[in-house]
Amino acid sequence: MSIWINEHSKVLVQGITGSQGTFHATKMIEYGTDIVGGVTPGKGGQSLDLFGKSVTVYDGMYEAIQATDANASVIYVPPQFAAEAIMEAADAFDQIKGEGVVVCITEGIPTLDMVKAVAYVNQRPGVRLIGPNCPGIITPGIEGGCKIGIMPGHIHKKGRIGIVSKSGTLTYEAVAQTMSIGEGQSTCIGIGGDPVNGTGFIDCLAGFQDDIQTEAIVMIGEIGGTAEEDAAAWAAENVTKPIVGFVAGATAPPGKRMGHAGAIISGGKGTAAEKFAAFKSAGIYVANDPSEIGAVLAVALKEAGLL
Amino acid sequence: MFRKAGVNVLDGVHCTSIEDALSAYDSLGSKVVAVKSQIHAGGRGKGTLYSPESGEKVMEGGVKIAFSREDVELYSRNILGNKLVTIQTGENGKIVNNLYVEAGCAIAHEYYLAILVDREAKAVLIMASTEGGMDIEKVAENTPEALHKVWVDPAAGLLGFQKRNLGMDLGLSGAALKSFFGLLGKLYDVFVKNDCAMVEINPLVRSEDDEIIALDAKVSFDENASFRHKEWEDIRDLGEEDDAEVRAKELGLSYVKLDGDIGCLVNGAGLAMATMDVIQLYGGEPANFLDLGGGAGEDTVNAAFEIILEDHNVKGILVNIFGGIQRCDVVANGVLASVERIGLEVPLVIRLSGTNYKEGRAIIDASDLQTYSVDTLAEGAKKIVELIGGES
Repeated sequence: MSIWINEHSKVLVQGITGSQGTFHATKMIEYGTDIVGGVTPGKGGQSLDLFGKSVTVYDGMYEAIQATDANASVIYVPPQFAAEAIMEAADAFDQIKGEGVVVCITEGIPTLDMVKAVAYVNQRPGVRLIGPNCPGIITPGIEGGCKIGIMPGHIHKKGRIGIVSKSGTLTYEAVAQTMSIGEGQSTCIGIGGDPVNGTGFIDCLAGFQDDIQTEAIVMIGEIGGTAEEDAAAWAAENVTKPIVGFVAGATAPPGKRMGHAGAIISGGKGTAAEKFAAFKSAGIYVANDPSEIGAVLAVALKEAGLL
Repeated sequence: MFRKAGVNVLDGVHCTSIEDALSAYDSLGSKVVAVKSQIHAGGRGKGTLYSPESGEKVMEGGVKIAFSREDVELYSRNILGNKLVTIQTGENGKIVNNLYVEAGCAIAHEYYLAILVDREAKAVLIMASTEGGMDIEKVAENTPEALHKVWVDPAAGLLGFQKRNLGMDLGLSGAALKSFFGLLGKLYDVFVKNDCAMVEINPLVRSEDDEIIALDAKVSFDENASFRHKEWEDIRDLGEEDDAEVRAKELGLSYVKLDGDIGCLVNGAGLAMATMDVIQLYGGEPANFLDLGGGAGEDTVNAAFEIILEDHNVKGILVNIFGGIQRCDVVANGVLASVERIGLEVPLVIRLSGTNYKEGRAIIDASDLQTYSVDTLAEGAKKIVELIGGES
């Protein structure tokens, strides 16, 4: 088991004819993801040869899902059009299948566009949005697996640790840390660093708690907002599996946007210190340094009788 | 912007010289006027002005009420060209190049109003309080019951009853409530149409003749929406922004200058923050936040390296790359090219991991460049702190 996607997930690539779309579609196929088609309005009927696989391009998501029976899509379209791409995917999955996973990689979508898109997705309860501005989601298999996003596939291995993070490269760092103590991953999810996004920490924690394959969780937050505090409070009540936490941005000055649109301390709120404190009081094992995650995870596993 | 949208504001004139300010006073025809420093930071009223050369204190308060033409002259002289330090500017303050001279009005009460995006509710939030002119964070902490909130449904928009209820929560009635109703609708339109991140009106006032007027405002925009707001170029005061930060943005980099002495070159915002944190954990101080973004080319790496080296506080550099889309060999070549071109007099520690890290390390090892290669972020941070002679 794993959460939300598995090795048999059929994936569509929205924006497949753009340079990012083509590049990452190829990488996903290389990893073993079942890419069943692509969508670029106006380019329907074309066919791309990616890593030896012929991939059909459709004009829209309705047509593409009907033709391929896809259950997930990944979005690489530019920020101007990304919110609409999310809503198109959400509506198509909802109408045709009643469910679906939509992963939006695009960075730089206007916040008010996301407010609209998230409300739209939430009216379609079978549809899950991951992102935007995120590395995506990956479920490693015994050989290959399902990678929906931009993460380097080769650093992962199938295992029992679930990882959820706001940051891309810091997720890779966390993966490398689990590997350093010989642990693989069940599913790794980047929820993205924008102020308004789809799937949040709590959704992921709930998913991992219910997943048989996942035995421990690594959660990586960053400054801004109160999602980490809310997740910690929720975990204290609802999660029985050990959690290791880290928060980036302890040295960030207030009022400055640190790369991610959401990573900003405003009005004295959203500091790393508050988030670390919330983790500790919720019984989450805290790593003060990302290079420590492996060691702290080993302690957490041992204390839970899992090592 | 507000005036164009029909939001009630007082007449005022934007000035850049003492002469401007005096002719503004003459043209406004109001005996009492406010002389306001215009910088991109809050807390101006309680700020202090200093001479940028001597560092001597010039005046308390960046917003002054002038009762005469002489007052206007004195205050604008004390403000223009001087450095204003407020709780939001940091110690270095900001040089004030712009003034706003505004007609006075007879104030019956001051309120606070803000429109922003609530990240947790994923909706636009309007907050208002009867405690205007005050620091809103204190209001939220001390008297949360005085802070009234309305969330806007993204599909329905801001509804009439919400505007009315919020006005009544502030204790408004009659003509004042009607005036508030109109103003709030227009302000919300301004917020949405201009892709604002936050509109803060403090104070929002009720005049003695029951008009609701936005007396002072702070507006920030959502940078992600700049592609559909070419007009923002015109209102940007580049003089207020850090030159290196502006150049970095043009190159697609995120760079924030800090006060320390260890330069950082990292890919990814989260990892860049974590790199700063770990440097501090081992006793050093980061000189900057720098996120290369995903898949930067050699030229971008080169430019990033130059921006770091331009900062004369930098005594050492830590390169921390976990390659996903970013290839480590590209970073290695970019670093070498920069060093060849501009030279390197400070120690350099490089950590390459992920995509093509072997190729990247081989490139660094094969060069004549004096560097230290490390495997993890913690090792890298310890090493650079040690090399520049800090604690470790």
